[in-house]
Amino acid sequence: MELQERKAIEAFALKIRMAALDAIHSIGSGHVGGVMSISDALAVLYGREMQVRPDDPKWPDRDELVMSKGHAGPAVYATLALKGFFPYEELRTLNRGGTRLPSHCDRNKTPGVDMTTGSLGQGTSQAAGLALGNKLKGRKNRVFLIVGDGEMNEGQCWESFLFASAKKLGNLVVLIDWNKRQLDGYLDEVLPMGDFAAKMESFGFDTVTVDGGDVDAIAAALERTRNGGDKPYAIVLDTVKGHGVEEVENTAMNHSMPVTDERFERWTAELKAKLDALEG
Amino acid sequence: MTKVVYNGETDPRLCKDVIGATVADLVEHDPDVIFLDADLMSCSGTLKWSKTHGDRAIDCGIAESNMAGVAAGLAAAGFKPIIHSFGTFASRRCYDQIFLSGGYAKNDITVIGTDPGVTAAMNGGTHMPFEDVALYNALPGATVIDASDPTCLESVLRQCVNRPGIKYIRVGRKQYARIYADGSELPIGKAVTLREGTDVAIFAAGILLHEAMKAAASLEAQGVSCAVVDCFTIKPIDADAVEAWAKKCGAVVVAENANRHGGLYDSVLEVLAERCPVPAACVAVEDEFGEVGTVGYLQERFGLTAAHVEEQVKAVLKRKH
Repeated sequence: MELQERKAIEAFALKIRMAALDAIHSIGSGHVGGVMSISDALAVLYGREMQVRPDDPKWPDRDELVMSKGHAGPAVYATLALKGFFPYEELRTLNRGGTRLPSHCDRNKTPGVDMTTGSLGQGTSQAAGLALGNKLKGRKNRVFLIVGDGEMNEGQCWESFLFASAKKLGNLVVLIDWNKRQLDGYLDEVLPMGDFAAKMESFGFDTVTVDGGDVDAIAAALERTRNGGDKPYAIVLDTVKGHGVEEVENTAMNHSMPVTDERFERWTAELKAKLDALEG
Repeated sequence: MTKVVYNGETDPRLCKDVIGATVADLVEHDPDVIFLDADLMSCSGTLKWSKTHGDRAIDCGIAESNMAGVAAGLAAAGFKPIIHSFGTFASRRCYDQIFLSGGYAKNDITVIGTDPGVTAAMNGGTHMPFEDVALYNALPGATVIDASDPTCLESVLRQCVNRPGIKYIRVGRKQYARIYADGSELPIGKAVTLREGTDVAIFAAGILLHEAMKAAASLEAQGVSCAVVDCFTIKPIDADAVEAWAKKCGAVVVAENANRHGGLYDSVLEVLAERCPVPAACVAVEDEFGEVGTVGYLQERFGLTAAHVEEQVKAVLKRKH
């Protein structure tokens, strides 16, 4: 990636974090940790990799995103709002009665959201079905599936990965947000998952592990998936839960956190300073 | 056209062959229909056909939850998926996936659950769904069918693929008593009167239709006139038909191959309670788990025979004012 583009993607990632915090702050609390850890990947996906049309969200040939860790909805909404799928101000309706932005992603509510998720594991099979369906329809698009590392506790994930590999879904790209923590604590304390890359490789995926906070590395890993082929792709994103806001990173139990006025100002200021430095 | 031809004889067709032939025909004529199974294609009559239609006959292996989710994804991609497994696995095993990835997400799926209730026979209690009807009844907007015979099965399957929401069809794989003339259409949501009567209305579904008809014939010889109504659509229940027959007869018996809780009996009682309270009784499984045996043994064991229907008709008559 050229320096100019890299800076733009990094800035996009910071803006996604700020916008997601704005949304979560508007309702008082939310899934801050997992929103922050996946923001860089979303910036690369929507900033350069995915073919989407904000003015035509249902365009049949679009690339599709399945945010199987559906609680990262605010990160997706922030991304979509910044892309112009709906007005930025709508982010502040998060979780309010009648909103189009529910806590977990809903394909029938939000322009640009491609699948309904939240019951962990279920997005993986839906993504495999989408990829298979697109392939059978002769579409040239790709399906990007984001799975949480804690979510991989769910047996359904492994059923769907076997399936995706067996059906040679080279149009499916699985991104695993390996942020090391789940709701009750660290993966290694709750249910150790071992080596994600080795597991995915053994399930028949073309697998790489990258620094999930490095947009250059993520972009390079995604570029590799453009050629399709007979194998689905897995990208293990080595991330930090809460990445981008030091105080969140350093809070052990950061899956869901209150975002008070004071925290919002402090965290936003931290992100804004990084953005200014980048754009200055 | 719906033509009742019941005379107690068995339809020569195996229901699994009807599933196989109908699925093959639907796929042939609609580029969006796709069939998925969970390592039970040989039980759904689709295995041989699948070998030449690999793109539209997807064997998911023994992974029903994934199959349901994949079907949801295929629906989102523009397909009309039909999935099959045994009734237990097509309901309990993948219920959350059908509920959320399917129903809640508005990804329309047709689900075929074979070997409902006692027709699971030799596979025994682990494979014997008495609760599948209750589960699908609780899924918002779902269509729930207990197929009456091979003709009904074919008719409803053809309608289901183009019907919105989750559609659940429970049907045995083997033979049924013939109820309808070949080629009859059975519009979903419309109950069919198999027999007129004046003393008691029997609302039945699935294999209990045959028992209800035998009971009605026996009761007629004893001077009791029973109507028999085929409620193959359990949801949405044909409330008008239930109301009309309940009012006409003034007493009701419901007969179903399922748990008495959450199935056809409850659906009929809701109509009666709200529109025309009359004495009612049921012939159904009394809140038990299944067990192994022949269908005949199990019908006796769980009280699902013509004699049990007759018994309940007489019991409810005594409560009729």
